Amino acid sequence: MAKLGPAHYSPYPVAVYEQVLTPPPGKALMFTEIVDEEQAMREAAKAMLTRENATIFPGPQVLYAWNEEAKEKAKLIKEMAEVLDAKIIPMYDYRPKYPKIDPEVEINPNHPNLTIWHNKIKACIFIGVHCHYANVALKIIRSETDCFTIAMCSQAGHEDAMITLRDQHVEEIEKFIEIAKEVKKELGKA
Amino acid sequence: MKVENKVEKNWAGQRIVSPDYLLFEAPREKHFMTGSEAVKEAVKRASVDASVSYPITPQSEAAHLIGELWAEGYVGVYFRGENEFGVMSEVAGAAMAGGRVITTTSGPGTLRAFENFPMWSGTRIPVQLVLMARGVNSPLSIQPDNLEVDFLLDTGCMIWYAENVQELFDMIIAGFAVAEQPDVHVPIITAVDGFFVSHTREAIYLPPDDIALPPYNPYKSPMPVIDAEIPPGRFLRDPFVMKSNYISYATHASWQWEVRAAIERSRPYAKHYLRGLTEEFGNKDSDIVFVACGTAASQAKEAVRMLEETEGIQAKVVKLKTIRPFPYEELIEATKNAKYIFIPEFNVVGWLEREVRKALYKKSNAEIIGTPRVAGGMTMPKEIIVKEVLEYIK
Repeated sequence: MAKLGPAHYSPYPVAVYEQVLTPPPGKALMFTEIVDEEQAMREAAKAMLTRENATIFPGPQVLYAWNEEAKEKAKLIKEMAEVLDAKIIPMYDYRPKYPKIDPEVEINPNHPNLTIWHNKIKACIFIGVHCHYANVALKIIRSETDCFTIAMCSQAGHEDAMITLRDQHVEEIEKFIEIAKEVKKELGKA
Repeated sequence: MKVENKVEKNWAGQRIVSPDYLLFEAPREKHFMTGSEAVKEAVKRASVDASVSYPITPQSEAAHLIGELWAEGYVGVYFRGENEFGVMSEVAGAAMAGGRVITTTSGPGTLRAFENFPMWSGTRIPVQLVLMARGVNSPLSIQPDNLEVDFLLDTGCMIWYAENVQELFDMIIAGFAVAEQPDVHVPIITAVDGFFVSHTREAIYLPPDDIALPPYNPYKSPMPVIDAEIPPGRFLRDPFVMKSNYISYATHASWQWEVRAAIERSRPYAKHYLRGLTEEFGNKDSDIVFVACGTAASQAKEAVRMLEETEGIQAKVVKLKTIRPFPYEELIEATKNAKYIFIPEFNVVGWLEREVRKALYKKSNAEIIGTPRVAGGMTMPKEIIVKEVLEYIK
């Protein structure tokens, strides 16, 4: 991703058209730079701990017990929320919600800005959201809001997030929680 | 040797190997076959779950040969669709159900199926279509012509263009490897010129047929399995616009950009598996440059040889292997010394000329010349290309 939003609709904010691609394996993307994963994790933790109403948006891949990894990740996400003093608002499916979403209880990829506006969320983590819906939502968020987006992806990552961490499995989430604890201490918030 | 550590076999009893091993490392033997036969050989090594066919010249033989693979136990499901619209819908269903799918079509069949192509990309299915180009009606032509590629440019599908039988084989294998990357995951159209490639017998080097690609893993898809409630399934019966204009605009815009972003994300993978998005032939520093794809690139190479032998003029060809994504950077670099850029094409509209002009706008001072351009099945002898070049540069 190139710049924090709101970027508005025209031209629609699409990071690949600003020559930003997903990071290579073993690396992370922070704004337009390819960086080490640990550096990106530190900045992600800092953003979550310093911006208002930080929120984690867990998606279906971690909300439902598809497999053992999903169960372990779900427990870790609860721990992560405690460490980051963050709220959890789930994206429990991808259906557009009519006539209007309840933004206090859920976020939806088709109109994610409604939840972010309503809760005045200035930093968020996407985790467990299928890649296509994460990408659709991240573009809308960047278009419409000034929310600092962080994507923790189990696959190749999301260049439309301000920080993207790729290949995030149990071990990496545990590492992030440990780094977040350190950052919290450094910020005097522990 | 990068054979996968865990030796596994697919349902046909072939040993599973990585795409890198299959494409770059496995020993190869020389054969002599047509493009249609090369399609069969590629599909045989691709652990394909399903293929649906419908006859139309010149791809009928390739479709029929995939059917033989089903009879031989290499392809999971194979049947003939009701028409091309049915075929492209049916392969979409098979892909949405989690299968690796390939089909073939040509010319008017492409247009009959057309609504499905943006549906494929919008639903993020990595279907492979081998397009054996023949032009479109009217008047009816069954001859080599690639006008239908122009129609496909903005469907949200990747489009690669093979020059010859060998490249067609390799691109089909590589096509699956790239299209199925989780951050790409859009359809791949592998185009070749009908007859010139589909029906022409050429030397080709093939890896053994007892090895094959790993099966497609649908759990890495960027979308969950389709159902009637979750988009895109929901939107097939219940579009955004029917309920809320606001949701329609925002989601539709972002969704369409995302499909195109996915094509852009294919660049590094395509560069790896195709060994570059472009290929150069001739004198690298020449100021006369042909930009071409497919058979037009072959003919341009012959013209480069003839220009040097008969006129002492040096030139080069920049062959584009991918059209979507379009190789902007590679083209700009390859034409930086050009004074004249010729774009030979087998179609009436000059779609590649338009693409090249757009890519080089304010990036090149060269004169861009959309010629020679033949259509409707006319051939493009090297003598014609040389004659047109000489007329321009004199």
